[in-house]
Amino acid sequence: MILQGIAFYVFAALLVASGVMVISARNPVHSVLYLILAFFQAAGLCLLMGAEFVAMILVIVYVGAVAVLFLFVVMMLDINFRELRQGALEVLPLGGLIGLILLSELAAVAGGWIVAPGVEKLAAAPTPAITTVTNTHALGQLMYTQYVYLFQACGIVLLIAMIGAIVLTLRHRVGVRKQDVGAQIARHRDSVVAIRKVSSGEGV
Amino acid sequence: MEIGLGHYLTVSAIVFTLGVLGIFLNRKNVIVILMSIEMMLLAVNLNLVAFSTHLHDLVGQIFTMIILTVAAAEAAIGLAILVVYFRNRGSIRVEDINMMKG
Repeated sequence: MILQGIAFYVFAALLVASGVMVISARNPVHSVLYLILAFFQAAGLCLLMGAEFVAMILVIVYVGAVAVLFLFVVMMLDINFRELRQGALEVLPLGGLIGLILLSELAAVAGGWIVAPGVEKLAAAPTPAITTVTNTHALGQLMYTQYVYLFQACGIVLLIAMIGAIVLTLRHRVGVRKQDVGAQIARHRDSVVAIRKVSSGEGV
Repeated sequence: MEIGLGHYLTVSAIVFTLGVLGIFLNRKNVIVILMSIEMMLLAVNLNLVAFSTHLHDLVGQIFTMIILTVAAAEAAIGLAILVVYFRNRGSIRVEDINMMKG
């Protein structure tokens, strides 16, 4: 139990520290790397809570796909980041004030609630005991039965996002020589080969 | 000392606030704004997982995966728009994004 507490505080402190570095690093490449660190710490927190599958998905999807996508874009675009940083200190008082207000509101909510008695009976899908069914197995049993339409809708969202990203970034450049399969197949022998009678000693 | 639901909620509240603060601090840099939004979504995910595991209700983890999907789609579309915008204008300053006079 003491080990769990130590692990929680290590993960939480690293998560908050890397979150601070994400928004305050001068170089966006460093921001992305700190974001990856933050995702790993969040996955650690999920593991501590007992949500193993979500923890692994966090690492695979967030670190493996989203953060790498960010890294690609940050490194691909040639941007003067120093110019973009200017004026950040001017809005720090306002931003800090709004952040403090939001944090105090969240703290008031987090500190003021209690779990209603008998709430366990209201659970939409009670977690089976970990000794009988693992977390991943239980999630699959729930997701592929009761929430299968939601699962399909997720697939449609991803499909549309993929098509949208391709449509947005695909560009047709003029003057680029490309293979035209239709034109190649439509080529006929008569249009490209001419047979001439060449008399000897004179050439064409 | 027992680590309860309140501890996880506090951490996710701090991370969410950091995300909001990041949008204010980096209001010229769209990439960092997108990263701040990702951090806010991460905080929401942590909240859902915390409630799900502490109330023994698996639906919260299903919702987490839905939010994860939306976050991935949002990052892909947002970065695609960013790349197209940079190709057209040569900068990613938020103040320059006013062609639609919105």
